[in-house]
Amino acid sequence: MTALDARKPIRGGVHISQRHDSAHKHVAGTAEYIDDMVEPTGTLHAYLGLSTSAHGEIVAIDLDAVRAAPGVVGVLTAGDVPGHNDVSPVGKHDEPIFAEGKVSFWGQPMFAVIAETRDQARRAAHRAKVEYRELPFAGDVAAARAAGGELVTENMTLKRGDVAAGLASAPRRIAGTVTMGGQDHFYLEGQIAMAVPGEDDEVTLYSSTQHPSEIQHMVGHALGVPSNAVNVISRRMGGGFGGKETQGNLFAVVAAIAAKKYGRAVKIRPDRDDDMTATGKRHDFVVDYDVGYDDEGRITAVDAVYAARCGYAADLSGAVTDRALFHADNAYFYPAVRLQSEPLRTNTVSNTAFRGFGGPQGMVACERWIEEIAYSLGKDPLDVRKANFYGEGERNVTPYHQTVTDNIIGRIVDELEASADYRARRAAIVEFNRTSPILKRGIALTPVKFGISFTMTAFNQAGALVHIYKDGSIHLNHGGTEMGQGLYVKVAQVLADTFQVDLDKVKITATTTAKVPNTSATAASSGSDLNGMAAANAAGQIKARLVAFAAEKYGVAEDAVVFEPNCVLIGNQRFDWADFIDQAYFGRVQLSAAGFYKTPDIHWDRAAGKGQPFFYFAYGASCSEVIVDTLTGEYMVERVDILHDVGKSLNPAIDIGQIEGGFIQGMGWLTTEELWWDAKGRLRTHAPSTYKIPLASDVPKIFNIKLAEWSENKAPTIGRSKAVGEPPFMLAMSVPEALSMAAASVVDYAIPPRMDTPATPERVLMTIERLKREAAAR
Amino acid sequence: MARDTVRFYLNDALVERGDVRPDETLLDFLRLEKMLRGTKEGCAEGDCGACSVLVGRLDGEGLVYEAVNACIRFVGSLDGTHVVTVEHLAGRDGALHPVQQAMVDYHGSQCGFCTPGFVISLYGLWLENPNPSVPEVERALQGNLCRCTGYAPIVRAAQSISSYGQAAEDALNAEREAIRARLAGLRDGQRVEVRSAGGTVIVPADVDDLAAVFTEHPEATIIAGSTDVGLWVTKFMRDISPVVFIGHLMREISVSGEAITFGAGVSYTQAFGVIAEHIPQMRELFERIGGAQVRNMGTIGGNIANGSPIGDTPPPLIALGASITLRKGDARRVVKLEDFFIEYGRQDRAEGEFVEAVTVPLPRADEMFATYKISKRREEDITATLGAFRVKVADGVVAEAVIAYGGMAGTPKRANAVEAALVGKPWTMETIAAAIPAFETDYQPLTDWRASADYRMLAARNLLRRFFIESGGDVARIVRHEVA
Repeated sequence: MTALDARKPIRGGVHISQRHDSAHKHVAGTAEYIDDMVEPTGTLHAYLGLSTSAHGEIVAIDLDAVRAAPGVVGVLTAGDVPGHNDVSPVGKHDEPIFAEGKVSFWGQPMFAVIAETRDQARRAAHRAKVEYRELPFAGDVAAARAAGGELVTENMTLKRGDVAAGLASAPRRIAGTVTMGGQDHFYLEGQIAMAVPGEDDEVTLYSSTQHPSEIQHMVGHALGVPSNAVNVISRRMGGGFGGKETQGNLFAVVAAIAAKKYGRAVKIRPDRDDDMTATGKRHDFVVDYDVGYDDEGRITAVDAVYAARCGYAADLSGAVTDRALFHADNAYFYPAVRLQSEPLRTNTVSNTAFRGFGGPQGMVACERWIEEIAYSLGKDPLDVRKANFYGEGERNVTPYHQTVTDNIIGRIVDELEASADYRARRAAIVEFNRTSPILKRGIALTPVKFGISFTMTAFNQAGALVHIYKDGSIHLNHGGTEMGQGLYVKVAQVLADTFQVDLDKVKITATTTAKVPNTSATAASSGSDLNGMAAANAAGQIKARLVAFAAEKYGVAEDAVVFEPNCVLIGNQRFDWADFIDQAYFGRVQLSAAGFYKTPDIHWDRAAGKGQPFFYFAYGASCSEVIVDTLTGEYMVERVDILHDVGKSLNPAIDIGQIEGGFIQGMGWLTTEELWWDAKGRLRTHAPSTYKIPLASDVPKIFNIKLAEWSENKAPTIGRSKAVGEPPFMLAMSVPEALSMAAASVVDYAIPPRMDTPATPERVLMTIERLKREAAAR
Repeated sequence: MARDTVRFYLNDALVERGDVRPDETLLDFLRLEKMLRGTKEGCAEGDCGACSVLVGRLDGEGLVYEAVNACIRFVGSLDGTHVVTVEHLAGRDGALHPVQQAMVDYHGSQCGFCTPGFVISLYGLWLENPNPSVPEVERALQGNLCRCTGYAPIVRAAQSISSYGQAAEDALNAEREAIRARLAGLRDGQRVEVRSAGGTVIVPADVDDLAAVFTEHPEATIIAGSTDVGLWVTKFMRDISPVVFIGHLMREISVSGEAITFGAGVSYTQAFGVIAEHIPQMRELFERIGGAQVRNMGTIGGNIANGSPIGDTPPPLIALGASITLRKGDARRVVKLEDFFIEYGRQDRAEGEFVEAVTVPLPRADEMFATYKISKRREEDITATLGAFRVKVADGVVAEAVIAYGGMAGTPKRANAVEAALVGKPWTMETIAAAIPAFETDYQPLTDWRASADYRMLAARNLLRRFFIESGGDVARIVRHEVA
């Protein structure tokens, strides 16, 4: 036909790198976060008063000086909560908004002061006089166990095969304990909410949240109003990482109560110290293990208990500790296994979701016994890994009885081993260590297999709302939230691709409970899997109507209606997109649709410990090389190579960004990020001056990242892509293992290093000193 | 004569304020009063860089722009400067600045909250150094935290900026003469004295004026870089009035054959070139003090005067035999730095007396000198322990040893017993090993969140071992980037 056939493809379809939709606004400083919004006239500011006891009865609380402080409008305590004084996200009623009678951790909110300015509210909050009768407190796993081991929620056990026999008959056995620290999210934008009161029982919340529907429900619960009175809006967060899955509830609820009470907009933003003190973090774990294996390093049985510091309330600790168990195998087959969680109540802030959601802790423990087996046999840990990988068609059943059917870990690891030149470098490092007295090197190559889906099956649903306006412009809304991960642009790409229009025709709009109801948290890496499919479903509905309309109007078969780049071909007539939509409007076609998606084929029976909790698995591997100063424990990551599986990437640039960022965040967790409580149970690392996340100068000097471009998701996901939010976080496990190798070199690798994390310079040096002592005692 | 307003330029506009509060931060002024909300608050303690802005100041006949943390920079300290925020970068037609376009094209933002701060830091770097190396980029970004990207795309963006535009053609460079003239026009040689309901702000006209002001108001809070006092306000909400801002004073550096004298207001950044040239053993330490924003604000004088046991400069300065000049009114006295620190929270400084200058003898050719800092994170972290060593060996025997540590006691403190165990002994590892137990005599360090007492002690001892090994010419520490 004509030159029109050579039309350019659309700008911004799927499987093509696209910028983050807000990149321009980010760099210009015009991207609006909640604290940047122009406040409604008369906006008040709330600030929390926090406890200064880790566990105590409140004998007396004197807030007169708070009320008398300049600018103060009022003070809220438990008695001012119109509905339920509770923000527990799991219905346990164990997380009061304001403590009553007693406090259970240092930093627990007791009251909120409302003032004309934030500065006034903040100053006033510090004028409270509180008298406590101190109670014994259990700050960590050991103390909680010593105090009787109370659990915050029901624990879980996964069992397969005969563990006792597997251990008893094993040619070799190791038993030990591995601990790993918690982690603060350190989102750059702290927690914040602004509530604007409406008429009757209505209130609008602007909340930095990964879970607008939960904010909606919590606000309704606290105000004693139905969910339909509460509208929650979230355009973007300045980082979330799980820290805004449930932890925004408190702030939103306080803002809402105050807004309704005083009839004015109320904003609440804690300072960084209070944010880090009063909101939950990644759980630290203590894992006790007993592992049987043979002379080849092949595991015969694993028996392990996963104790977690959950804090004073349940929050999401049940699901987090469950996920630790779901990842206790990482990529390895256990012929016989028993895994038990122990979600312990402690007098610390209630720990919560954080990228990986317990998975990393399960996997770090697993890699500890792999490492220990290798050292005990004098083998390269990579060989022990390969000997234990899940098989294809055999040796492929997980501890939760799901069969792994999409296993590609062997190919991923083989390719990375070759591209990173692992064997030759390892040999060179061993030689270097032989002759270098002070500086030692280490290298490690570790795999990742991560299960995708919420293990609470019901959460695996999503909605979207798509409108096409008369001028052909498209309005996109869905239940997922944007925290920097690029979800909005990915879903917009899906829409652009479906309609074959340029990406800039799609307007991305703030997540709003009024447009898409009953959404799940943007969590568990599920954002684009769920919302991409829901949006595709909505678009598909509209598209079907458009096709039917065009076929009827022009008297052609439906398959003669083709969506070409920015135009529609109907028979042999071609119409501009906007022109075609205009025709459809006048043809009275409904140009709006609500889409829905639920993940198929998944189910989980927690009591039985059996089912198919995951739709598919994401895979990856990393190889890290480090250098360590054995006089001081200081170290540097020299080189990291990563090969990671995102299926058929929706947006390679965004996915690589998730991998780079996830790796560095994981490296921070395992190296310099250390939470430290003093003897009174007070967290003392509550600001960047004391809590050290990685810097640009901590990034590996050589940092090679590749996508496994050959991978396509075997499961029918959007564009055959795979989730990418959490899995890369665990790629960082190769860093502490490389550090361990450098440490173990001082004893000629004859003793398993057993270094816990975070591997601060102090811990590295102390490990070296311990290994020297153990070698001398032999 | 005193002027009762603070005057500075904010982007294109003159700001003249007669109601500046002593504790009013630049960040609050920008966000709450000017509604310039591109500049973010991430930590309010000068550690994350989300609030970074450029401050241009006259430097002799020149004009320098430096990234600073607006969260701990006080408005009263801005008299005579040019504040540039992220809103000033894009063109009038909305076109992105080369720094911004590079960040977009290299996917340098994810959540975007830290991004304006990174843009400002990179802009400041690019103005001075249009084609920075990776080490230079990393140094410029030590004071900027990003939790999303893992930094790699930002570093790549930083190295590509000049392919989007020429630094020489950038407005701040092209209009430099006009801006310089504008700032010079603000100089009237007068003291600034602003009294408001919030308290008193004084910006002395010169150092003699400072001496007069401080004699009159010995209760005043003296603020140079505000990298410490800033936190008294933002973290502890302390009342600091009256305040005397001195960051514009005592910025002279003089080098003789034997010593360098730093005015007390010399910033780490300003001192860096002289340090790198004359005491290259301190170069690495100076690259690891705070981040770039803190080094641009913080002063050597402040690092000493605040008496902290974990300041980074006192141990090496003590090891070098530095002395400080204290001034009250017209009276001056010189004190050896090691004698200035009496005990935790107490220094040899009389009421109304201030640190005017620090004189640092250069290590002599026949002396070995080194200083090493240990911290949990290599850069932009506070010291766990820091050792400084100056040893003179004659005929294989230790003739003189001056060793000082920070983080090991309530003050920066000499290791007298260790020194005594070395002097007169052959300079060998055996001597070092024999001296190691003396650390127990010199120090009883504390356990806190930065390090345990055991680690501090072990690392401190091992730093002496490192010094011995390196005195033989070997490098026995990790070096991320070789000095070019």
